[in-house]
Amino acid sequence: MKWETVIGLEVHTQLATRSKIFSGSSTAFGAAPNTQASAVDIALPGVLPVLNKGAVECAIKFGLAIGATLNRVNVFDRKNYFYPDLPKGYQISQLAKPIVEGGALTILVDGEEITVNLTRAHMEEDAGKSLHEDFHGMTGIDLNRAGTPLLEIVSEPEMRSSAEAVAYARALHTLVTWIGICDGNMQEGSFRVDANVSVRPVGQAEFGTRREIKNLNSFKFLQQAIDYEVRWQIETLEDGGRIEQATVLFDPDTGETRMMRSKEDAHDYRYFPDPDLLPVKLDEEWVEAVRAALPELPAAMQARFQRDYGVSPYDAGVLTGSRALADYFETVAKTCGQGKLAANWVMGELSATLNKAELDIAQSPVPAARLGALITRIQDGTLSGKLAKQVFEGLWEGAGEVDAIIEARGLKQLSDSGELETIIDEVLAANPKSVEEFRSGKEKAFNALVGQVMKASRGKANPAQVNELLKRKLG
Amino acid sequence: MSQALTQDDVKRIARLARIEIDDAQAQATQAQLNAIFDLIATMQAVNTDGIAPMAHAQEVYQRLRDDDVTETDRHAAFQSVAPAVENGLYLVPKVIE
Repeated sequence: MKWETVIGLEVHTQLATRSKIFSGSSTAFGAAPNTQASAVDIALPGVLPVLNKGAVECAIKFGLAIGATLNRVNVFDRKNYFYPDLPKGYQISQLAKPIVEGGALTILVDGEEITVNLTRAHMEEDAGKSLHEDFHGMTGIDLNRAGTPLLEIVSEPEMRSSAEAVAYARALHTLVTWIGICDGNMQEGSFRVDANVSVRPVGQAEFGTRREIKNLNSFKFLQQAIDYEVRWQIETLEDGGRIEQATVLFDPDTGETRMMRSKEDAHDYRYFPDPDLLPVKLDEEWVEAVRAALPELPAAMQARFQRDYGVSPYDAGVLTGSRALADYFETVAKTCGQGKLAANWVMGELSATLNKAELDIAQSPVPAARLGALITRIQDGTLSGKLAKQVFEGLWEGAGEVDAIIEARGLKQLSDSGELETIIDEVLAANPKSVEEFRSGKEKAFNALVGQVMKASRGKANPAQVNELLKRKLG
Repeated sequence: MSQALTQDDVKRIARLARIEIDDAQAQATQAQLNAIFDLIATMQAVNTDGIAPMAHAQEVYQRLRDDDVTETDRHAAFQSVAPAVENGLYLVPKVIE
C-alpha cells in the first residue's frame, strides 16, 4: 500500500520583550533561580495580571506579516492543570478568540513553491522549569521562566513530508527573527516545535490518527523525529496494528520517538475566560502604526532580488535566510553592480569560510563593501578567480582594502600582453614535446601548456588571454 | 438543562480540581451543582438572537502596561515562607514518573 504523510506544526515562539507578559519581571535568560519571579509569577494570593503592551504588539506584527486576520477584540482564557512549575494551577492562554487567525507562509521545497496555511496564533504565558536532578528525592522548581510571553503559532495539517515541515519551520524561524518578535535561539528554547504526525493510504479523504511529537528544539531533530514516526506508524499499520492518539518525545540519542506516560484526564483543561483579564482591543491607529513600521518582508525581498539582481529563486531564498544576510548581500551587489557574482561569492567562498570559523554573517571579518570591491576587481579583469581567492584571504585576515592587498601582495593579473607573450615563448621553448603532441592532434597537450603558462606566471595570467595567445602562436 | 450531573461527574470534577470529597459531600455537591445548572437553563431560555456573546461582564477593555522591567529580586523574602528550598529552588515532592 502507498501511504501519505500528514503533518501540522505547533510552534512556541518566545516573544522578545524585556518584561513578562503579565508582570514587570525581567525575561533575561540565565539568571540565578527564582530571582526573576515576582509575586504575580509565583502566584501569591491576591495578585492580578496586567498585560504587556509589547507582547501584544509582537503578535500584531506577526499577524500582519503573514496576512492573517487580527481579531480586533481577543480574549484570554484559563487552561487548567496541575503541575508544580505552574503555580497558579492554570496557564493564561487564548482559546476561543485568539489574536491572530488565518494567514499563510510560502515555502520552497525542491524548487517548488508551496503555500502553507496557518490556523491561528495566540498569546500565552510560559510555565517555570522543573529540575529532576537529585534534590534528596525531590524536584527543584525555578519560576524565572514562568510568565514569559509566548506566541503559539499553529499551522493547518498541510505538510506532506519531513522536508516540507522543516522548510516551513525554517521559514517561520526566519520570519519571526526578521520582524524582531523572537530571538530565535533554539538552544535556549526560544523557538520550540511540536509536530502532529499521521499517515493515511493515498487517496483516503479522512486523516489517520495523529501522534504529537513534543518539544523539538532543532531542525535536524524535527526531520529525524518525523521520519522515524512516519516509518513507525506505517510499519504498525502494515502489521495490522492501530495507532492510538498519543503524545510522544523524541530521543536524539536513539533517534526514536517514545510515548510519554499520559495520565487519565490529562487533556481535560476546562478552559474558561479569565475573569482577571478584560478583552483586549486593538484600535486601528495602533495596527496601522505597526504595519507602517514593518520592515520589507522575506518574500517581498526574494522577489525583488530576483528582479533587481537576476538571482535564481533558490539563491533568493538562501540570501534572505536572515535579515543580516540579506542586507549583506544587497550591499555587496550594490557596490559591485554584479548581482549574480555577488550571490555566488556570498553563498560560496564567504559562507564556507564563515562556517569553517563558526561565525555568523553579522560577525564577518570581511565587510560587505570590501567584498563588493573585490568582485569589482574580478569584473574589470584585474583579478582572476584564483587571485581573487587570495585577495579574499587577505580581506579575511584584515589586511586592509582590496586594492592595497593586490598591490602589497603582487596579485594583479598580468594584463600586459608583451609580458605574457614572453612567458608563453619560454614555456613553448621548454616543452617541445607538448607542442609536438598538440600539432599531431592531441587536444590534451594544449591544456598542459595552458597549465604551464599559468604556473610560470604564478597564477597571475588571465586564462582567457593565455588561451587566445597560445592558440595564435601554435596555429 | 437537559442532562443533570451524575455522582460520577461530580467525583470526576473533584478529582480534576484535586479536591477530596466523601460520598455524602459528593451527594450534597451534586444537588448544589444541579441547582446552578437549573439557573443557567432559566437564563438560556431568554432570547439572545442578535446579541454578541460577551467575554466579560463589563464592557470595558484591558488596560495595557508598557514593556518595562519594574520588579526587583525578592526571592529571599518569598522563600522565607516556603517549606523547602535549596540553591534558590523551591523543592517539591518528585513529580516525574
